[in-house]
Parts: sequence; C-alpha cells; structure tokens
Amino acid sequence: MQSINLAEHSVRQLNQLLHDQYNHLDERQWDVSQTSGQHNIACGLNQNLEVNIHGHVGYFCAGMNQLAYVTVHGNAGQGVAENMMSGTVHVKGDASSAAGATAHGGLLIVDGNTGARCGISMKGCDIVVKGNVGHMSCFMAQAGTLVVCGDAGEALGDSLYETVIYVKGKVQSLGADCIEKPVTEKHLKKLKKLLKSAGAEEDPAQFKRYGSARQLYNFKVDNAY
Amino acid sequence: MNNDHPQDNLRESATFDRTTMAEIRRAAETGIYDIRGFGAKRKLPHFDDLLFLGASMSRYPLEGYREACDTSVTLGTRFAKKPIVIDTPVTIAGMSFGALSANAKEALGRGASAVGTSTTTGDGGMTPEERGQSDKLVYQYLPSRYGMNPDDLRKADAIEIVLGQGAKPGGGGMLLGQKITDRVAGMRTLPKGVDQRSACRHPDWTGPDDLTIKIQELREITDWLIPIYIKIGATRTYYDVKLAVKAGADVVVVDGMQGGTAATQEVFIEHVGIPTLAAIPQAVQALQDMGMHRKVQLIVSGGIRNGADVAKCMALGADAVAIGTAALVALGCNDPKYDDEFKQIGSAAGFYDDYHEGKDPAGISTQDPQLAQRLNPVDGGRKLANYIRVLTLEAQTLARACGKSNLNNLEPEDMVALTVESAAMAKVPLVGTNWIPGQAF
Ligand SMILES: Cc1cc2nc3c(=O)[nH]c(=O)nc-3n(C[C@H](O)[C@H](O)[C@H](O)COP(=O)(O)O)c2cc1C
Repeated sequence: MQSINLAEHSVRQLNQLLHDQYNHLDERQWDVSQTSGQHNIACGLNQNLEVNIHGHVGYFCAGMNQLAYVTVHGNAGQGVAENMMSGTVHVKGDASSAAGATAHGGLLIVDGNTGARCGISMKGCDIVVKGNVGHMSCFMAQAGTLVVCGDAGEALGDSLYETVIYVKGKVQSLGADCIEKPVTEKHLKKLKKLLKSAGAEEDPAQFKRYGSARQLYNFKVDNAY
Repeated sequence: MNNDHPQDNLRESATFDRTTMAEIRRAAETGIYDIRGFGAKRKLPHFDDLLFLGASMSRYPLEGYREACDTSVTLGTRFAKKPIVIDTPVTIAGMSFGALSANAKEALGRGASAVGTSTTTGDGGMTPEERGQSDKLVYQYLPSRYGMNPDDLRKADAIEIVLGQGAKPGGGGMLLGQKITDRVAGMRTLPKGVDQRSACRHPDWTGPDDLTIKIQELREITDWLIPIYIKIGATRTYYDVKLAVKAGADVVVVDGMQGGTAATQEVFIEHVGIPTLAAIPQAVQALQDMGMHRKVQLIVSGGIRNGADVAKCMALGADAVAIGTAALVALGCNDPKYDDEFKQIGSAAGFYDDYHEGKDPAGISTQDPQLAQRLNPVDGGRKLANYIRVLTLEAQTLARACGKSNLNNLEPEDMVALTVESAAMAKVPLVGTNWIPGQAF
C-alpha cells in the first residue's frame, strides 16, 4: 500500500501518481491523508485501484472516475463523482450539491445526506443515499437509478427523462413531469440488489418509485412554459 | 422590407412588413414560437462598415506574392504543456453531431486538417469519424454533458468549456425528436425520437469561482497537457472575458450575435446579444487591462464570411477566428442546385434555416441516411479546405497592403469606419475624420 500525505504532496502529484497506474499498475491500494478539503482529489482515475481518502474533500472528488473504488472517510464537497463512468465512490459522511452529476455508470454511495441536485442530469449510474437529498435532485436525469433512504427535497425529478427514483421517506414535492409509479417485482429485485451493494439495511417494500410521465418528451404548445 | 409589388399605389408598411405579418399569422395558427437554425438575419453593424488604409507614402507595403506574411497562430500558451499550433487563424467552430450528419462532421475534420487548422466537436459528443479525420480536435464541454467521457477528453487536443453561444446567450440547446435517431440517441443516452433540451447552465458549478475549480479538475484529468478554452456568447463581454481569464482560461472564444445555431427560438436569435463588431474591442480591452492580451488568446466568431472579415477581426486584436455557417455553405448548405427540393419543404436556396427539422436537401443538417449520403465527406473536405485557403490568402493580401509581415501585426490603426455606429463600436475613426465617437479628440 502507498500512503500519500496531502500536507506534503500536492493534489497534482497525487493525481499524477494515480494516473500513472493506468499504463503500469504496480500498486492497487492507496491511502490519502491530510486532505484539508482540497479540490479535485483522485479525479480522472482509470484503473482498478482502491483509494481510501481520510478527511474531508472539496469539489469534484473522484470526478469522471473509471474502474476505481474510492472511499471518502469524511464529507465531500460539490460534484463528488461527477460524470463517473464506472467503479464505486463511497462517501462515509455527507456530500454537498450535484453529487453524481451527469454520471454515466458506476455506483455512488453516500452514507449521510446530500445537498441540492443530487444526480442532476445523470446518465446511467446508480446512486444510493442513506440520508436525505436536497431540492431539484435528478433534474433532467436521463438514465440510472437514485435510491434515497431518507427524505427528498422540493421538485424531485424535475423534467425527468428515464432515471428511476426510489424514496423511502417524505418527498417535499415532485418536479414537472415526475410522477409516482407502481413498484413491481422487477423493481423490488433491482432495489434490493442496490441496497445490498450499498450496505443499506432498508426494506425495499417501504420505498415508493418515481419516474417520468413522459409528457414533456415532445415539443407542443402546452409544454412551452 | 421588400417593395417589389407591381402597383405603385400600394405601400408596404415598414413596421408591419410581409415577413412580420406572416409571423403573426404563423403564431396565431400554431400557438408556439418559431424555432430555426442559422444566425441573426436582421441587418447589423458589421465588418463591412470598416475599411483598411492600405500603405502609400506614410506606410510601406509588402510585395503581394513574394514577401512572407505569416499566418500561423499558437493557442493555449498560458498553462497547457501542449498548445495547439494552427497554420491559418481560421478555425472551425463547434457544431454538434446530431445537428449535423456524421458525413458533414467528417468533412469538417478533413477540410480543417488539410489546411492545418482545428475543428471542434459540439453538443452530443465526439464521433470516431470526426476524431479520425481531425488532426487537431477541440472537445466541447457543455452543460448537457451528452456523450462526455474521460476517454474522449484525453483524446482531445483542447477542451472548450461552453458557457454560451452568440445566437443565444443565456439559452440552452434543443434538438428536436425528428433528428434523434438510434445513433444520436445512443450517444446522448436518451430514448429515440424524444426532444432533447440542453440545459442553459452547467449542472455542477455556478459562477466564476466554481469555474476556476472546474477548470482545474479538467486540467487534472488531462494532466495539464492540453489547452482549455472558454466560449461565451457576446453580451457583457468586457466583464465576462475578465472573469474567464481570472477563472484560468488559456483561450477565450467570443461568439457575436450573428453566430449560427442549429435550433433556437427566432426571438432569441434576433434580440439577444451584441454584434461581433462591438464585442471584439470589449474583449481586447479586458485582456489588455489585465495585461493578458496575446497571453490568453482570443478567438472570435459570428458572421465571418471572407478574408476581409478575418483580417478585420485580427486588426481589432483577435488571435484567430472561428467559422460555422460559412463552413456549412462551403460544404453545400443552401446550394441553389437543390432549389426545387428546398421549395418542396417551403423554403428556397439561400433562405433555408430549418436545420432543426432534419430535412436538409443538401444532406448537412440532417440525420436522414438518404439525405446525408448526398454529402461526400472527401469532396466536402476539399471544398472547405479550398475555402479556408481563400480566406487566408485574402487576409494576407490585406495585411501585406498594410505593410504587415504577420497577420497578427494588423492593428486598429490600419482601419477606419464608414458609419458613426461602427466607429463607436470598433473604436476606430469615422472615415475622413479623426473622430472616434465616445472618445475625446
Ligand atoms: C448547425 C450549427 C450547430 C451548432 N452547434 C453548436 C454546438 O453544439 N456548440 C456550440 O458551442 N456552438 C454551436 N454552434 C455555434 C458555432 O459554434 C459558432 O459559434 C457559430 O456558428 C459562429 O457563427 P457563424 O455561424 O456566423 O460562423 C452551432 C452552429 C451551427 C450553425
């Protein structure tokens, strides 16, 4: 295992070391400490690494992640795992806004709560939030699944495309074109699998499912506002 | 206004002309605003309002054919380890696969590569055809993030963060369902046939301080190798350019209101933004005030048609230009040879702007395989290369006449303005006077 102390090394040095593993993998396990909330830690990884980050991180931690398993033992700032393609990002604390924004694949787990716009414009990843999510979560979300074990803020799933949202707690309000839909066996199975992979104990039967009413899909007069 | 009515005693209203009345009827019929492609069609103060002062006694011209006039430009010298070097200042602007056919994108790449310049992806991601045929490819980073992925990011020669477009500053994009084929849908992760709305704001950052961090993230992912551009639609250009530089851009792209679009509300195209002519001096002033002119390069676009326009942009202080509409016309957009077919879809060659409908008889702004195959990418590429060569030669001709051995030695002092408006905007004297409106004598 390699240990990098960000009080002694720059984020640039750390990221370069991690990126170098793409061409030549000689160390899978990485430990990062003294993060001091710095931005862009461990972004652009593209190798099957296991990165444990001890401390809070700033914006865009594990951004565009491919293959790597990144764990943040602390809170994460804005845009954690944004545009992730594959792999897993696990935030043990809370995450700020735009967690998992535009992510195409992989799994994002947040043990605490997230701020606004969790899963905004997401394109195929899975997100499991064990606490609550803020307002406008899944705005214009296109594909993938968001699971919220707590409550969801205002305008959940506004202008939603094909992302599926499960919420166990209260939904403050649904956004335009987002509606509650029945939960079938197929959904329960998928939800159970997701909860399990995120290490969440919740009973899938207690969740409600939300999706797109698909009324905004084609441009017409009534949709103009 | 069109006064071609045969009867002299009939007078058309300048306020309610036939186009205006047709739009009122269209609106009354459909209940929805008009969407179209192309750029602003109204008359605006433009480069035609400027003239060059060729050398004579007080200046020394260069020999038109034999004396060198350098046209190469290096973009991204501020932070990138690998700046882009182009042989001509004319680059190809970002136009999406989706709006344009794959053949058209390939033709743009071929044409640009043949003359040693760069081309740009667009909303909807990078196609292999385009990457394969483009020696220097700029990868756009847009609010929608359609098709955005780190593999393509690392394949790019530069990244362009799009904040706005001249045709619609403050607006997002749209691609109507008829153009969303299986391939386009797949690249954008959307169901086929669904209208696609690209957001007007980026999903994971707001404001210039966040943008600074976002730029650093993109640099981290690409190991600080490639330049990062910021593209803005021209509005409060002075302040926006300053903020773009502060946020860490290597290159700023300013797109004026004449700039083309694939699909935008007509009201947006014609009424939002400022003309390219007015935007350039503001951008240059911002760079100069920060001591960054020529350190952060400035690319200008919006209504560039010929070598004179290129030379005038350079003289006003731009490092390079980008063309969209003109490049499409070079490929065959609006070609009179398809006039009958244009008429069948309610338009005419030279007027066609319904790019969003995907029925382009010239096979450019379409996803219909039958129509798209009308554009041979090799022929298209050759025409585009020829056209860019002409733009470059024309600009060189003007620069030599002004005694410049490098296109970017052209300066405002080489020009005068034909109208008071253009003099005020370009900040060059009204022809025959030494008066620059807004400035003391
Ligand atoms: C068909 C078409 C598609 C376009 N797509 C994009 C796009 O995806 N992203 C973007 O930033 N600008 C886009 N633009 C704008 C161009 O990048 C450029 O700013 C503009 O065309 C320049 O003005 P000009 O057309 O007068 O040369 C598009 C323009 C056209 C004509």
